[in-house]
Amino acid sequence: MAIDTPGRVAYINARLLDPATGLDAGGGLLTEGEHIVHLAPGLFRDGPPVGAQVVDCRGACLAPGLVDMRTQLREPGQEHKESFKSAGRAAAAGGVTSMVGLPNTNPVIDGEAAVEFVARRARLIGLAKVFTYAAATKGLEGRELAEVGLLRQAGALAFTDGVKAVADAQVMRRLLAYAASHDLLVIQHPEEPSLAGSGAMNAGEMATRLGLAGIPREAELIMLERDMRLVAMTGARYHAAHVSTAEGVDILRRAKAQGLRVTADTAPFYFALNELEVGDYRTFAKLSPPLRAEADRQAVIAGLVDGTLDAIASDHCPQDADTKRLPFNLAEFGGIGLETLLPVTLSLVHGGHLSLLDALDRVTRAPADLLGLDAGRLRTGAPADLVVFDPDRPWKVVADTMRSKAKNTPFDGHLVQGRVIRTVVDGRAVFPEGEG
Amino acid sequence: MTDASFRHRDLLGIQGLTPPEIQHLLDLADGHVDQCRGLDKASDAMAGRTVINLFFENSTRTRTSFELAAKRQGAEVINMQVSTSSVSKGETLIDTAVTLNAMHPDVLVVRHPESGAVKLLAEKVNCAVVNGGDGSHEHPTQALLDALTIRRRRGRLDGLRVAICGDVLHSRVARSNIFLLTTMGAQVRLIGPRTLVPGSFVAMGVEVFTNMKDGLKDCDIVMMLRLQTERMRGNFIPSVREYFRFFGLDRDTLARARSDALIMHPGPMNRGVEIDSEVADDFERSVIREQVEMGVAVRMAVLNLLARNLDDRRRNQPLTGPGGA
Repeated sequence: MAIDTPGRVAYINARLLDPATGLDAGGGLLTEGEHIVHLAPGLFRDGPPVGAQVVDCRGACLAPGLVDMRTQLREPGQEHKESFKSAGRAAAAGGVTSMVGLPNTNPVIDGEAAVEFVARRARLIGLAKVFTYAAATKGLEGRELAEVGLLRQAGALAFTDGVKAVADAQVMRRLLAYAASHDLLVIQHPEEPSLAGSGAMNAGEMATRLGLAGIPREAELIMLERDMRLVAMTGARYHAAHVSTAEGVDILRRAKAQGLRVTADTAPFYFALNELEVGDYRTFAKLSPPLRAEADRQAVIAGLVDGTLDAIASDHCPQDADTKRLPFNLAEFGGIGLETLLPVTLSLVHGGHLSLLDALDRVTRAPADLLGLDAGRLRTGAPADLVVFDPDRPWKVVADTMRSKAKNTPFDGHLVQGRVIRTVVDGRAVFPEGEG
Repeated sequence: MTDASFRHRDLLGIQGLTPPEIQHLLDLADGHVDQCRGLDKASDAMAGRTVINLFFENSTRTRTSFELAAKRQGAEVINMQVSTSSVSKGETLIDTAVTLNAMHPDVLVVRHPESGAVKLLAEKVNCAVVNGGDGSHEHPTQALLDALTIRRRRGRLDGLRVAICGDVLHSRVARSNIFLLTTMGAQVRLIGPRTLVPGSFVAMGVEVFTNMKDGLKDCDIVMMLRLQTERMRGNFIPSVREYFRFFGLDRDTLARARSDALIMHPGPMNRGVEIDSEVADDFERSVIREQVEMGVAVRMAVLNLLARNLDDRRRNQPLTGPGGA
């Protein structure tokens, strides 16, 4: 079945799902080389075309491959935690065909050479496509603007200081004003650092009991409120990453109603888990922003349902055992998420919150459009980035079996539904391993 | 024989203990008080047992108390003072735990500056672990010795009105006392500025007051806490002078409490910061020295109990528990 260059591949007996057009019908899809050349309901009902390799989907879903707009790939600099290759394998197993990395690598991605390095290295590996953001400020130090115009030309999709907020109001104002003049997208980690301080989890009753310093929800709210003022002042395109609080969703809802060019995402952690997950100092549940209260979790779901939150990103943040097997306060923040992005997103479908098409929209079309990527659609002529999956198949997340080099999944031990059967990038199967 | 009234392997905190379990620990401790007061203090109840005091934070008082408690019962005691800087340099907390575990101690007494660290360590060893204080989380033997002191003076815990005053936010003593006293039916009041006594404590079943005059009214017990400047990151109070003025305990503020109210302090005291010397040394009212005495009795009971439970565990199961990091 394995072939060297993708020729013609016919996907038969599929349930075609395309959020961009609302297509949800039994049918087939044909790829040739790296592109989709034909798709239609009922296609190949009378048998596959001659000379094409046949993939019988046996009624499973065939959708655009997932576009994960927030990952930390750790290459260059921290390859003991993750690399393009290990993240690529995890992505492939998770149905992710495009992922975007944060610039908080070592060295920081704040120059054109670094952007080109990412593109070149990732192309060689040939798993999920790797894109990158670049630093908003030099060295992610929050003081001087990075060469955002040149970095955009080199291929950086948007500009962010990664897991740090651009905290200084004047720097943020200038960044937004400058970005607006080049029509660049600025992505913010919305957390006021002086208020988050040395906190380790959500401020409140649980942190009080555990004797841990808390990160108040107001750290997110204050930064979002401030940024909305600066966006209104500058007219820039602004994206709030991993929104975690109920009032944070409200702020964004109001800003959108006001007509500001604002978008936002959240991560599966924030609509599937709450602060109780910390339990007895479980460091895999130490995330940034921290897991919040149950009411926040519900509000985040409501934000996804009404479209206030445009996209879902995995917020994949690999940490090795040495940085997680520590007293809670000393452990690093973050959880991995590439392999669980699809099933946890599908929990919104199984829970009756979103239709299957709408749930897929948040991880395909929406992030692709937001970033201007030619991805996230089943369309003739589009790159053949596809995922075949069974939306109902149950499985148990076991940290040690994750393909990521780091095993820090907050979903360890959780039962989920929805399993990837095949992932295709540019017409070539990258999952299961050894296919295509 | 495993003590049927207390089946836990470790004592990591007061939270989760039942009233009968707490009562049982206090009863056992009470039995050691006379032994400590006698001329011949030694017993061989823990002969052949090894206790390691593993302290990642400086301590003289608590470590000495545990050491005496073990030695008076004939146990071998090793004191290990580990500076946290050397831990962060390379050897992790878990490496230390695994290394010590391989030497087959019976009881590890652990103090660590981070909340939750003692539990993390306990998961990696198969001896009994006593939490000697973890960060701002718990200090269970302190709460037990406070309870024993109160019970011997007042004959009960339930129905008493106890004020815990000062730096509650950073205090593991306060948390353990809140858990213990509320579990045993006492009414607990916390008194301090909002920066040190945030409203989130109300969820733990206590009342919160922001001034001493109202908070101390009709209290049976006044428990003062040490201002823990070493745990404070940033400015929680304007100055020590101002703090003492509003939240220090002196004759005047004490007058609001019941006339026979007892004064307690976990030590070491900052005289003139949270407590006036005149009050601290009041022979009639202050039971601060008695707390220290009860500390040894409580720790004797805890070490002895856990060692007995452990012996039974070892007879019933091979020693192949956790240990691999």
